[in-house]
Amino acid sequence: MNKRITESLVGAALVFTASAVTAAPLGKAIAQQGNGKGAPGCISCHGDKGQGNAAAGYPYLAGQPKEYLVNQLKAFTDKTRTSPVMQPFAGALSAEEMEAVADYFSQLPLPAPAGGNVVSDVSGPGERLVRQGKWSVGMPACFQCHGDRGQGVASHFPAISGQSEGYLKKQLEHWRKGERSNDPIGLMQAVAGHLEESEIAAVSSYLSTLSPVKVP
Amino acid sequence: MGIRFLFLFTVALFVTSHVTRAELMEQKGESAQAVNKPISVKAFQPPSNDSIPDDEFGKMVRLGKNIFTHTGKYAADYVGNNQNCVNCHLDAGRLANSAPLWAAWVRYPAYRKKNKMVNTIQERIQGCFRYSMNGTPPPANGETIKALMSYAYWMAEGAPTGVKLPGQGYPKLNKPKMQPDYQRGAEVFAQNCALCHGADGQGVRQGDEQVFPPLWGKQAFNWGAGMHRINTAAAFIRANMPLGKGGSLSVQQAWDVAYYVNSHERPQDPRFEGNLEATKEAFHSHQCRYGDKVGKTVLGQSSK
Repeated sequence: MNKRITESLVGAALVFTASAVTAAPLGKAIAQQGNGKGAPGCISCHGDKGQGNAAAGYPYLAGQPKEYLVNQLKAFTDKTRTSPVMQPFAGALSAEEMEAVADYFSQLPLPAPAGGNVVSDVSGPGERLVRQGKWSVGMPACFQCHGDRGQGVASHFPAISGQSEGYLKKQLEHWRKGERSNDPIGLMQAVAGHLEESEIAAVSSYLSTLSPVKVP
Repeated sequence: MGIRFLFLFTVALFVTSHVTRAELMEQKGESAQAVNKPISVKAFQPPSNDSIPDDEFGKMVRLGKNIFTHTGKYAADYVGNNQNCVNCHLDAGRLANSAPLWAAWVRYPAYRKKNKMVNTIQERIQGCFRYSMNGTPPPANGETIKALMSYAYWMAEGAPTGVKLPGQGYPKLNKPKMQPDYQRGAEVFAQNCALCHGADGQGVRQGDEQVFPPLWGKQAFNWGAGMHRINTAAAFIRANMPLGKGGSLSVQQAWDVAYYVNSHERPQDPRFEGNLEATKEAFHSHQCRYGDKVGKTVLGQSSK
């Protein structure tokens, strides 16, 4: 609850600091300065290179598929994806602006590899779930759809390797509780429904220790 | 005394796995739409992946597992398409109701109607390469077969030999109320399958990695593979697709979409000797569309 209030305040502050769009290409301009109509520059939370802010739980956007990013912005507006911060910002973007800003981030290089203090979780529960799944309850491995190294696949399966632990955890919890329901054919809701809370923590932790991987 | 021990031992081998509640509900005539909660049945539990031994035998088991999951990479000489064993045998061949290796291992040698003779497990695996992988059968005593056999044998540790284990093959599917239909199948496909397999059925490939398999066309299983049979594909789909949501399609939807998938052109049956009608007559007196006309194409005609 407190976190939500903080997030909202941060969001409100950003709205006031957002400045008008310049002559720079639309996507880049929105990413850096906002659209001047209620959407602040994305980089203030998602990092100047779209690398995210792991500590705050803001995901990296750099290198994610364009269509995936557009779909998320739309999902914030139709509330199939809940986020008190993102909802008003996404709502302030036109369809054209969504396309432009998604295109901009999709073309940025991937964030730097994970830092040196990586705790290897070899054969731990997190790695097992990520690489092997939990077929005893019909749950496929994360990497079965998100790519064998979590690099993301096509436009519906985003990159998950090297993503913020806090972000991943929150999303998995949202899928499980139905607070996020913008997954095609309900795949993520089905998967997350098979996970215990401790497993969500283990999966999120393990994925966050991996480096982002370029799609081959 | 001995018999009682054997009985207890056998029972102990079977621990909980699942079929879907949808399947049970459907048998009772209730709607199965969107119902996806597993319930318990007894199935053999293979040893955990972490328990492959760290010795020479273990090395061969690991090679077998690699071949099984990345067939085009580890058995390149014998593969003629972009399929991997694991596409039809989920969870690296471990999953009950997805033709698990542990259940196959204990059923061979066996007589097969397909080639009208007793097949060893080597010959059975060679058949997979010839048809499902549209390739060349690896030599019976070569490393590829040896590794796959080692993997299957390791996985079947403790399973009773010669017994048809629960979870073997794909669960036989009830007949659909209506004849399977191409148009309805196309709709099921667009809504439930195209996300991963593509609207064109060609799956997704990233570099050398086939993430989602092709279902028809030159890179798919050929007209001799078990999966080209509509009943086999329907049974697999119903139990296992979409991934993570097995049992969510109705029986009718599974038949319709299997009919649709298998109404597309694919590589020729390797038993074809120049005459489509003769091949159909000799090898296709089952539920399949080989030799059928779809639009302007006679299936099997343009296969190479």
